[in-house]
Amino acid sequence: MQTFKLGGVHPPENKLSAEEVVETLALPKQVIVPLGQHLGAPATAVVNRGDEVKVGQLIAKSSGFISANIHSPVSGKVFKIDDVYDASGFRKPSIIINVAGDEWLESIDRSEDICADIKLNQKEIVDKLNEMGIVGLGGAAFPSYVKLMVPDGKKVDYLLINGVECEPYLTSDHRLMMEKGEEMLIGATILMKGLNTNKAMIGIENNKPDAIEHLTRLATKYKGISVHSLKVKYPQGGEKQLIKALTGREVPSGKLPLEVGCVVNNVGTAFAVYEAVQKNKPLFERVVTITGKSIKKPSNFLVRIGTPIKELIEAANGIPENTGKIISGGPMMGKAVLNDDIPVVKGTSGILLMPDTEAKRREINTCIRCSKCVSVCPMGLEPFLLSKASMLAKFDIVEKELVMDCIECGSCSYTCPSNIPLLDYIRLGKNKVGQIIRNRNQK
Amino acid sequence: MSLLSISASPHVHGDNSVKKIMWGVIYAMVPAMLVSIYYFGLDAVRVTLIAVAASIFFEWLFQKYLIKGADTYMDGSAVITGVLLAFNLPSNLPWWIIVIGALVAIGMGKMSFGGIGKNIFNPALVGRVFLLISFPVQMTSWPKASPIINGITDAITGPTPLGIVKEGLDAGMTVEQVMAQVPSFMQQFVGGIGGSLGEVSALALLLGGFYMLWKKIITWEIPVSILLTVVIFSGIFWLIDPTQYVNPMFHLLTGGMMLGAVFMATDMVSSPMSRNGQLVYGVGIGLLTIIIRMWGAYPEGMSFAILLMNAATPLLNITFKPKRFGRN
Repeated sequence: MQTFKLGGVHPPENKLSAEEVVETLALPKQVIVPLGQHLGAPATAVVNRGDEVKVGQLIAKSSGFISANIHSPVSGKVFKIDDVYDASGFRKPSIIINVAGDEWLESIDRSEDICADIKLNQKEIVDKLNEMGIVGLGGAAFPSYVKLMVPDGKKVDYLLINGVECEPYLTSDHRLMMEKGEEMLIGATILMKGLNTNKAMIGIENNKPDAIEHLTRLATKYKGISVHSLKVKYPQGGEKQLIKALTGREVPSGKLPLEVGCVVNNVGTAFAVYEAVQKNKPLFERVVTITGKSIKKPSNFLVRIGTPIKELIEAANGIPENTGKIISGGPMMGKAVLNDDIPVVKGTSGILLMPDTEAKRREINTCIRCSKCVSVCPMGLEPFLLSKASMLAKFDIVEKELVMDCIECGSCSYTCPSNIPLLDYIRLGKNKVGQIIRNRNQK
Repeated sequence: MSLLSISASPHVHGDNSVKKIMWGVIYAMVPAMLVSIYYFGLDAVRVTLIAVAASIFFEWLFQKYLIKGADTYMDGSAVITGVLLAFNLPSNLPWWIIVIGALVAIGMGKMSFGGIGKNIFNPALVGRVFLLISFPVQMTSWPKASPIINGITDAITGPTPLGIVKEGLDAGMTVEQVMAQVPSFMQQFVGGIGGSLGEVSALALLLGGFYMLWKKIITWEIPVSILLTVVIFSGIFWLIDPTQYVNPMFHLLTGGMMLGAVFMATDMVSSPMSRNGQLVYGVGIGLLTIIIRMWGAYPEGMSFAILLMNAATPLLNITFKPKRFGRN
């Protein structure tokens, strides 16, 4: 069974909503669309207060090379442009739209017909993805068109499609593979064309045998695409770990996957690419899992970007009495949010409600030097050392011990028998070292 | 809805805990404990109970009046030190020597460094070596191991197989003559050789070792590298001159070899963190043990070897880093 070699953990999977067919969530009364919901520079608003907008209309323009267009997820009137709390816990400029009706731009093909014929050429594909505001839907929300711009002298051997979904609880990618497999494979073919490669591998962990079987069957029709079953291990969905698991190649420290001839895209992204290129549909809705042990109806919803998460919670039969934490994303890398007014953004893969019994951290004990953190680190670092050095503000040591290689997967904190919040300190160290490096480079 | 908690990821925690690890080690020691009771009867119970009770008491005492931190006496680590200390003692040792051993093990070996997780040396071994040097007579007259069902045989004391071999070889006897006086390999493996409580059965110790491997409390690197080194290093000399050097099997099955390799050297706190570091540490223990056994003044060298390599652990941690991802 294929998997990555170094480290990793296996948290309880808790895929409560794995069998729940994706339902379309009713439109909210108001949406909050943050301008910075992708990696890179926030977009610039091109609408003003009081403007009427349609579904799919450009409302904020990409403001740089690494940035993305944002389109209106609803039709209605721009209520205001204001700073609003998002999942990061900071107030970010956002466009707030009051919903009226559901009027789509006519350029969007709303039919369910599957179009397999790819008419656009390579350059047109890149431009289309840029225009339609497609970003990575796995979590980091990196603008997708940038990944297709392969520099001269570099060659892409493999397009890797990430269907791992190694985060516990989350099932949105799983459902998408089951219900939109065909479209996703066409999306992958489009990406292959964009990257000028004829090989694509889809990696899926073997806790989703139905998806593996389904896609393997569908993929026989698509040239160059193979489906691979991977042993369940977190953080296999990490870009570097997935490349290692599927190709055996190791991305050198500080380098991009392109260095080893690979480009990785999430299954959700592949589907969004299909819709953008074949259906002319901008990225303004996505599948979001709403889940948790106390939730009455764990579900998967097709949600418009900007929908407050309380709408999702309501649709899953309301907030449980014992909720102690609301997490945007999965339990390993997701962000605990301030309240249930936070909007769904392009990178939101799930909303997880944790009971108060699990929300609090456990009491911290002394490090017993068991070296479990070292053995689970997928990057081969020494979390005990990095966190201690950060704690003592010895940032020269933190840098020398390669803190910048840390992918913040949380395996160390997860596994520590003394409940030491290793990753908290490592993040602090990584932040400081990042600053130090930037200052040094400026001089 | 109650008040929401905000914290950084990860938001879930595995089921590891210090208590779970410590009690896992204690369960792993049960087979060896039972064998010691089978061979030494109530004396084994007496030594173990005194060692454990004294260790817990000193842990509590030093924590309360010296370190003044949160109570640690019931986290299981003091129990482990107590049992391991008992495993290293003859069954007829007077109670007050055992208490001194526990005082040195916990007080000097552990609490003086700041308590659990901070000690450089394996506490139980610090206690044992202190007693060996301070009370050489009491510490080296072992009652012969014979099943309690055969009646009371405690009165007979004698040296361990290692002692017999050492004395015999030093006196100019050949290996053949010496080996005629010690139990067979089978006996050494299953149990019934003379020695400290925890040394009588290699099999029982190995059972505990496999339990800890299964529960992922220890990893294979340290025990395997120690045992392999011992076999290879002593094997080379045996192949060169079998009349002067004993069979490597003998080294493997006697004395504290299994006890040290499975329970002592694998102590998390005092062993290296990276896999390569652990392998070097194991090789070092194996080499030093055989060197002491063959050419040293003491018949047994396991405890000294482990303590010496404990001292080298910080250096090994600096020298041997884990295999990094993407930096080859």
